[in-house]
Amino acid sequence: MFKEIKILSDHGKQYIPDLRNQPVSARFRGRPVISAAITGEEIARVSSICPVNAIDRRNGSIDLGRCTFCNECALMIPGTIRFTNDYRIAASRRDDLIVRPGQTGPMRLNETAVRSDIRRLFRRSLKLRQVSAGGDNSCEMELTAAGNVNFDLGRYGIEFVASPRHADGIVITGPVTDNMSEALEITYKAVPSPKIIILTGTDAISGGLFEGSPALKRGFTVRHPVDLYVPGNPAHPLSFINGVMDMLGL
Amino acid sequence: MNQHTYTEVNNGSAPVPVRSTPVLSYGHFYDEVTKLLGSASNHCISYYCHDLSDRLKFICCIADDETGSIKVLSHEKKADGTPLRSLTVDCPSVHIFEREIHENFGVVFEGHPWLKPVRYPHDRADRLSVMDNYPFYIIDGEELHEVGVGPVHAGVIEPGHFRFICNGEKVLHLEIQLGYQHRGVERMLAEKSEALQRCILAENIAGDTATGHNLAHVQLIESLAGIEVYEALQIERCIALEMERIAVHIGDTAALCGDVAYQLGQVTCEALRTMVINTTQSWCGNRFGKGLIRPGGSNYPLTGEMADEILGNLADVERRYSNVTDCIYSLPSVLGRFEDIGTVTRQQATEIGAVGMTARTCGIMRDTRKTHPFQHYKNFQIDPVTLETGDVLARGMLRALEVKASAGIIRGLIDAWRKAEKTVGKPDYDLRLIPDSFAVSMTEGWRGEICHTAVTDSMGNISHYKVKDPSLHNWLALALAVRNQEISDFPVCNKSFNLSYCGHDL
Repeated sequence: MFKEIKILSDHGKQYIPDLRNQPVSARFRGRPVISAAITGEEIARVSSICPVNAIDRRNGSIDLGRCTFCNECALMIPGTIRFTNDYRIAASRRDDLIVRPGQTGPMRLNETAVRSDIRRLFRRSLKLRQVSAGGDNSCEMELTAAGNVNFDLGRYGIEFVASPRHADGIVITGPVTDNMSEALEITYKAVPSPKIIILTGTDAISGGLFEGSPALKRGFTVRHPVDLYVPGNPAHPLSFINGVMDMLGL
Repeated sequence: MNQHTYTEVNNGSAPVPVRSTPVLSYGHFYDEVTKLLGSASNHCISYYCHDLSDRLKFICCIADDETGSIKVLSHEKKADGTPLRSLTVDCPSVHIFEREIHENFGVVFEGHPWLKPVRYPHDRADRLSVMDNYPFYIIDGEELHEVGVGPVHAGVIEPGHFRFICNGEKVLHLEIQLGYQHRGVERMLAEKSEALQRCILAENIAGDTATGHNLAHVQLIESLAGIEVYEALQIERCIALEMERIAVHIGDTAALCGDVAYQLGQVTCEALRTMVINTTQSWCGNRFGKGLIRPGGSNYPLTGEMADEILGNLADVERRYSNVTDCIYSLPSVLGRFEDIGTVTRQQATEIGAVGMTARTCGIMRDTRKTHPFQHYKNFQIDPVTLETGDVLARGMLRALEVKASAGIIRGLIDAWRKAEKTVGKPDYDLRLIPDSFAVSMTEGWRGEICHTAVTDSMGNISHYKVKDPSLHNWLALALAVRNQEISDFPVCNKSFNLSYCGHDL
């Protein structure tokens, strides 16, 4: 008994009080800032090394839905491209994930794009079913971490549940493999309406580096409406939590 | 040594010319492989087939744990459907490799007891073989019932299907159907032309083993390019690998506690894992070490400050983790759920070719860091921990002991790093690979032995790439472990192995 109490007191307070403003290490790669002065020559150089064609060859913008956050472009032209440690990068519309040169302010979720019944119905309780469809287990582990003792997503009534029947929506990770596509569809159908879809991680949003692989079947993300995109490789728990909170208007 | 039978390479050493490996007749190949695998110090680290358009080339790599050498044998045959005698009959550990070759190329192995699909790859030989018609083992009987679990599980984990045949609450048989995670990784590793793309792919083979797999990959590329990196970088890579091991082992301890409702163990270990992966994030910007390992150099060279941060956090984590595990493994209500549960015997582990933690908890000393040392482990004494009982308790306790050992290893590595010359090299994405060669690279990830092999063509491009995750061997260990157990013990058995779905499905 005393041993346990000692462990608990040693353990201390681990939860993060303010999930909106928790500092993360300086090197964490979140929202990029691209200088408005980026030259055509620089754009050509960085877009040619980008492993996932996330950099637009015409204007030098970066699509966070494709970016694997490898940092190579920023290392190539450090004065011009820089990844900040701002983890609030989720968006409700796919196009909002594109960061343009000269855009220095924070990314904020487009409120008008959030379906009105989402906030009305799920604001105080949101139960989610996670489906990994070719995820590499890092995004899955970060989603698990979102509910752990540090991040404690449950404090807002947001939880991962064991069955789609108990869920208000699904969170998809992975590029959606052919072999998993049917099970994904079945799981989604099993969730009672109205329901939401959250794509977590670059692989889920665009296929990432796996885009074009003959082993994928990405029809699901085209057929169904997506409510939230959370970029990252993997998506940081704080990116996920802040994205969901923004969507719910918390 | 018989120079006409096989070629010998070492882990991560200079590549051998493809032509130097003699092509044996199947009879000769069969006899040699059987003879080699008959020795207790040898085990098969990779056996696969690749398509040379007019014929199939078989490559078998057998590692000798005593001498550290890896013997490479080969055989070629026309893809004409003539069957081959199955090696599995004499060497059960190659069963999964023969299944894989059968699935990919339609080669029939006569006498193989279980020639079933492995992962349903997109380019499989038999397109009529689909996820829905997997030939599950069936037992007839009015007393028995089947339980199907997955592919979508209750927890936030990857997909796989488990089919139990039960007598009441007791599991008679478990069959595991995988493949849901198949993304075509191997094909892409050969087809992607840019070195950076391949690194990122390797990091995503299994995101929980980003360092383990990417180090195997980068080491392979450096080997094919004929270069060896400077000492400080080799040390840094080993530090990263040990940090990954510590983080996952602590996370697994949390999960094991969660499964038996021991909340104190769960929450404290969750928080300790966070400390470790946040240290990794502080080093390279990613909690899983993605971006840290690159060919020829590093974007995030270790600094004195970072080394101090690692040591400081580690000391804290080690002390607290040790206090918690002392509590966990002395608590009767936890021990009751772990002890004598999900036992794999030493004989079973040997037969199926188990690697990593699964082998080491059955008294088999199999650890690539010691037997086939790579990077700075070549100059560093590693004493792998082994346990004997092969049950959930052993797999839990091994983690506790390995965390302690790895913390000690990191301290030693940082000492060595401080003495090493501080060369700082940038990653080199333009390494020219030696044409027409073959190389093998192994690392000891937290799950166990990872093996990557590749062949280059006459232009020095990668023409074939093969990945082996330790889970390929160890999934069968899980199936064996739950036999005659209560089905309610399955979750804790599963967690105790924590095998990779995506690493298996590729």
